[in-house]
Amino acid sequence: MDAIDRHIVNDLQGGFPICERPYAAISARLGLSEADLIRRLDALLDRGTLTRFGPMYHAERLGGALTLAAMKIPAGDFERVAEIVNGFPEVAHNYAREHAFNLWFVLATETPERIAEVLAQIGTVTGYPVYNMPKLEEYFVGLRFEA
Amino acid sequence: MSTAPALREQRTGAAPVLDALDRRIIVATQEGLPRASRPYHVIAGQLQISAEEVMARLQRMLDAGIIRRIGAVPNHYALGYRANGMSVWDVPDGRVRELGNRIGELDFVSHCYHRPRHLPEWPYNLFAMVHGRDRPEVEAKAARIATLLGTADHGHALLYSTRILKKTGLRIS
Repeated sequence: MDAIDRHIVNDLQGGFPICERPYAAISARLGLSEADLIRRLDALLDRGTLTRFGPMYHAERLGGALTLAAMKIPAGDFERVAEIVNGFPEVAHNYAREHAFNLWFVLATETPERIAEVLAQIGTVTGYPVYNMPKLEEYFVGLRFEA
Repeated sequence: MSTAPALREQRTGAAPVLDALDRRIIVATQEGLPRASRPYHVIAGQLQISAEEVMARLQRMLDAGIIRRIGAVPNHYALGYRANGMSVWDVPDGRVRELGNRIGELDFVSHCYHRPRHLPEWPYNLFAMVHGRDRPEVEAKAARIATLLGTADHGHALLYSTRILKKTGLRIS
């Protein structure tokens, strides 16, 4: 990643325009041609420096529901349980963390009612309690990573 | 790292109404925008509607907060932010909002939420995600949160992620 790539990553984390030729509209600001900007974005996505490029939707405002849930899984059973949890299509993210509560996943469902159903299923199938930790209030979302 | 200035207020009330065409636009764009000179025209072509319609509806969803933002989503590991700590705090329930807003103003906190306790095993009710290039950097940042909380910090923990087991993002169909 060179200085121009860094500039692209830092500059384009929001505010991409909605207009006929949006890449052209911002490429001048970055000192690039439209074609160069598109080529560099493709390369950043191919290399995995960027995971996506586009609109970030707000799940709850799409009428769906989200929650964070945690489980305490003994080390010897962790892989089996993680695989079961990953197998649920409603599980959007799943992270291993260093703590007695070592499995943390985000559930995204089309309706709020489905959250409780899926959590109950995960508890039944894995044989371990699932701790539901839904967001009660959000104070901030907006960090930008500096490349 | 720097942060967008505005605090995002929790919305109450019903979710904004999306019609079938909005949902088709969401499905067509949730994995990303085409890297083409006229990306909205490409989407319009796929959906067999006008580009003006695509752009007007995306703008409306952006204005309504259904779209949080349009742009690049970096892989923070690839940018060198390899230490990711979920800091969790036990603070008095009556002060969660005040303290959450203050923690949210710190420039290194990416998400800050009030979540329920599960006593006795899980006493923590305030979550703040802290990212750093290594663990000492994350620990120094968590120490700044502890200083800010002062006597309101009745206990805390820092849970490092050790592996991403799944990351598909949100999908509607």
